[in-house]
Formats: sequence, C-alpha cells, structure tokens
Amino acid sequence: MQNSAPVTDDLHHQPAVARAPARRKTVGRALVALASLGFLLVLLVQILHTTGATAAGFSDWRPILIAYLIWAVAFAIAQVLIRGERGQRALFLLPAVFFTIAVVIFPTIFGIYIASLDWNLSSVEGPRFSGFDNLVGMFNDTYYWNALGNMCFYAVAVLGEYAIAFGLALLLSAEIRARKFFRIVFLLPMMLSPVAVSWMIGKSLLEFRFGPAATLARYLGWENPAFFASPWMARLSIQAMDAWVSIPFIMIILLAGLQAMPREVQEAAKVDGANGWQSFRHVTFPIMLPVSITVLIIRIIFKLKLADIVINVTAGGPGGATDTVSSFIYRVYRDRSNVGYGTALAMVYLALIIVLLTLLLRLSKRWTQKVI
Amino acid sequence: MSTLALKPVRRHPAVPRAKRMLGRALIYAALLFWTFICLFPIYWTVTTSFKSAVDVTQAHLIPWVDFQPDWKGWRSLGLSPDTLFGTSTARAEFTSRFVNSIITSVGASLLALILGSLAAYGLSRFRYKFAWMRNDDILFFFMSQLILPPVVLALPFLVLYKALALLDTRFGLILLYTLSVLPIVIWIMRDQFNAIPIELDEAAFVDGLSTWGAFLRIILPLAVPGMVAAFILSLVLCWNEYFFAALLTSTDAKTLPVIVASQTGSQGINWWSMAALSTAAIAPLVLVGIFLERYIVSGLTTGAGK
Repeated sequence: MQNSAPVTDDLHHQPAVARAPARRKTVGRALVALASLGFLLVLLVQILHTTGATAAGFSDWRPILIAYLIWAVAFAIAQVLIRGERGQRALFLLPAVFFTIAVVIFPTIFGIYIASLDWNLSSVEGPRFSGFDNLVGMFNDTYYWNALGNMCFYAVAVLGEYAIAFGLALLLSAEIRARKFFRIVFLLPMMLSPVAVSWMIGKSLLEFRFGPAATLARYLGWENPAFFASPWMARLSIQAMDAWVSIPFIMIILLAGLQAMPREVQEAAKVDGANGWQSFRHVTFPIMLPVSITVLIIRIIFKLKLADIVINVTAGGPGGATDTVSSFIYRVYRDRSNVGYGTALAMVYLALIIVLLTLLLRLSKRWTQKVI
Repeated sequence: MSTLALKPVRRHPAVPRAKRMLGRALIYAALLFWTFICLFPIYWTVTTSFKSAVDVTQAHLIPWVDFQPDWKGWRSLGLSPDTLFGTSTARAEFTSRFVNSIITSVGASLLALILGSLAAYGLSRFRYKFAWMRNDDILFFFMSQLILPPVVLALPFLVLYKALALLDTRFGLILLYTLSVLPIVIWIMRDQFNAIPIELDEAAFVDGLSTWGAFLRIILPLAVPGMVAAFILSLVLCWNEYFFAALLTSTDAKTLPVIVASQTGSQGINWWSMAALSTAAIAPLVLVGIFLERYIVSGLTTGAGK
C-alpha cells in the first residue's frame, strides 16, 4: 500500500511527518523479506508434502493460514517502520485488504481453476483436468438455462415489489396515527430468516390440505388451490414469499427518500391545483426517481442471490420451474458432488451478473449520480 | 429517524369533508390490510406451536375459543414448563444450535465491525494510492463484493476448508459471514465518519495525539451510533444466513436455520414441533425488530437513501 499522495492534497493539515530514519527502514525491509521467506518456505514444505515428494509436512493446510496471518502482521509493522506516519495511515486499510484478498480474491481465482476440473468430491479419484468440458456440458444443460430464465422472471418481478413498497411508503408518510407501530410491523418480515419463512408460509400457510391460505382460496371459489403444482403458480408463490421478506427493505429506503423530499414542492403542486394522482405523477415520482433506481439496483443484486426459499420449499420443482441458479448449483453439488461443474456454472453466472450490472449502472447513470 | 414524524401538511380546505373521510378510511384500511399480511404468518406460527394434530388439520385459529392451547410443540423441544428442568436431548441439540448461531453471528459482526470501521475511517480521512487505485476505486473494490453471489464462493470454500480442516467449524463460518457483511459495514461506517467534522481530528493532533490516538480516543466514541446500526444489521444478516451454513457444516457447527431446514424434509412434517422451532428461531429477531428498529432503519437508509 503506497501513500505517495502529496502532502497538500491530504485531508489532514498535519504534515506527513518526516521520513523515518534509514536504520528503521532497513529493519522494516528485512522484516518483510524474512516474513515472505518464512511464508514461502512453509508453503513449499506443504506443497512438497502433499505431492508426496517429502515426508515432512503438516497434516492439513492450516499452518499456511497462520503463516499468512504472521506475514500480514509483519508486513503491517514493516509499513510503519519504513513509511512512518504514512505507514500508520495505511494500517487502517490493510486489515480489510488482507482479509478480502484471503477470503474473496484468492477463493475466486481458485474457483476459476476448480471450474476447469472434473472433480467429484465423493469419489476417490480426485480432481482431473478437463479444460472446457464443464463449459460444453453447461451449454447442453437445459436445466441451467431454465434456471437462468427463471432468474429473469425473478429479477423483473422486483418491479412489482417496488410498486407495492412505494404504495406502503406513501401510506406511511401520509398523516396517520400510530405511525411508529405500523412502521415496526411493516418492517418485521425483513427480520425473519428466509428458512423460517419457507416453513411458516411455504410449507404451512400454503399447505394444500389445511393451510389457511388454501382454505381461504377454496372459500373464494378456487377448487384446487395447489400453490406449487403448476409451474407458473409455483413461481409466483415463491416470488410472493420473497417479496414478503424483501418489500420492507425497499419500503424503508423509499420512505426515507419521501421524508427527505422538500415539503414546499408538494405544497406548490397543491396550490397549482394538482390532485393526488397528478402531484404523484408529476412531482413525487420524478423527485424519487434517483432513490428508486438505486434501490431497484440493490434489490436486483440481492434477488440474483435468491436461494434459501427455493431450496427449502420446492427444491426447484415442479420440473425446475422455480429453480434459481443458486438453488440449482446447490442441488448439482448435493446430488452429484461435482465441485468442478458446479463452480463452472457459478463462474459463468458471476460473469453474466457483472455484465448485466455494468449495463444497468451505465443506463442508470443518466438518472442517478452515484450508485454503490 | 425523528424526521419520520414530521408534522402533517395541512390539507387543502377545498376538499369536501365526506371525500376526505373516505380517503382516510381507505388509508387505514390499506394499513390494516398490510398489517394483517405482515403479522398473520407470525401469528399462525406461534399459535401452531400450541396446537395438537386435530387443531392443525381443522385449521383452528384462535386459542381458547377454537382450540385449547397445549405445550405440545414446546414439549418436543424440551422447552415446555414441565420438561424445562428435566434432561432432554432435543433441548440439548436446540441449545447447541442456538449457541452456534449466536457465536457465529456475533463473532462475524464484531470482526466485520473492526475491519470495516478501520477501513472506513482510513477511506474517509486519508488519500490512498495503491497502484492505479485511488480512494474511490478502493471503496468500489470493497463494495463490488456485494454482487458476488454466495454460490460462486461456496464450492471453492468447500474445497479450501476441507484442506484447512475448517469444515464444520464455527471459525470457518465466522470468516465467511464477515466477508458477506463487510461491504455493508464499510458503507455505513464511512458515511458515519464523513459526518464527523475533520476539525475534531485536527484539534486532537494539536493536543499531541497521534493518528491512531485521535481515531481511538476522539473519533471512535463519536461514531458509536453508526457502529451500533452496522452491528445490528450485520447481526440480522448473519443470523439468517443459510446457504453457507448448509454447505459447510455437518454436525458441530450447525446453525439454527440449518436445523429448521433439515426438519422439514424428514419424517413427514411434525407441525407443532416445527412451529415451535420456527418460533424460537425468529423470536430473537422479532424482538430486535421491535426494540432496535431505529438502528436498523438508520443502517439501511445510510447511503441508499441519499
């Protein structure tokens, strides 16, 4: 981590103190060198041990983790020794950076490697390099494409959640009594674990024989209220459950946006004789547009991770109609233990998400200044 | 969020009284309807934990009127009054999962709070340059992890954890949960630190404190509200996490969502005990939602609401 910005554009007026004395610098550099050497040595020993070249080594890879930690600490100390004040400043960022490299960057790169393997965890054979076989398999996997198609439906359904949430936010910002009570109640579904919700609603309320929702549906004249039998009904039911959990999030953010809106604007609309719908259509909605787009994008990001409810309620059925990419890959692993294929699917999915979000952010830049 | 209770704007007097009354009635009807939607599943779950099989199948709804409440569901968990002091394997199992959930979610939230606050303070006060990356790029680098679906990391982690002997450990889960909430914590905390005037840091330097001294003794205490919000939000997210827990734990480190999920598949559905289990799993969060709502709201509206 370098901190070579000129002193003048620093936020602090305190000068980035005089350079550390030469001896401390030498000690610092020596420390980094020593720690790196130690880390590489441990790594080498373990690699040789695992490949069977040497007998000496550790029973598992945990010492590598500890060596990485020690290396990180030594590196941080060395920064202070070498760079003095600047090193101290770098110290704020270093822990998060090292953590992220260890648990996100490295596993992702490792994942790309795994994606090129044919690796069944439960078989004794171990990994076998298969190049692009997984990708070829993916193109022939109709279930995967089906899951991707479902994701499109789920992502578009966010618009419906948004409409309801906007309505609720408007209700809560109207002049009402017991506002705090309603706000807490409307927020509650968001707090509940999707797994508990899958049981509470999916398996119990929507239960075919005697769930209250089914009873109500029969009473209303739907003779055969099977919420998870036909593909579209099942998809809608899953979507409804996810909406139940996630509408509060959208609502809270829209509500904050509504509260931050200058009151004069709406009053002006009233004075001009606009009725409720007109003032919403021409005043409130345009003002809320940046907030709306931000929250929609955040919601889509989270929607693309949807898995828990599907796994627990339908396990993707009927016939993959409710599958999300995550739940499908989860089953690929659970049923076939195929780590390589599952990871390949996940990596392709990640690439698609990145492309999609880049496009979305580009498009939305016209309306919002800053998203994420 | 005291601004939420702003004084109502006076209505235009030209609206006729009857029409206004109708409008208000509609507003309250809509509010009550949605209250019902939000609360009924919770009500249903809680009451079902006190029902016997007959009451479930006949869809009885109101305790004491429709059906006689019984501790049936709670007894099967070993948590009813008459079994509470005896020994119960079901309760031992439940307690250990509950403790796992607490340890992993609190541990991960704390770790994320420490890492995130440090990084957020650095990003809000200093200018960094790391290769081509400036502050904004570094922030984007952290935030971009939000888009990473858990499924991308799940299988690599399975393999890595197997090699590291971290499978089925609470520590392993803590690491993963930390990573999933770290971006949110950084986001909230950076906003918090940006709101604290830089003059305070400068005054601290004049008084002879070092960079870290100023941070720890002057700025950090002022950032406590934001830290509480970030902590509680992380706690909720970690408590509810299922995907990683389902893949990476088998016996020792199972969390509550995992056993809730595992019950639904096996042995048909044991309604009352499932209901009791669900109730126990959501109860802590319902309490958090009721009493700490304003922290959650302030945590959520940071950044996004602006």
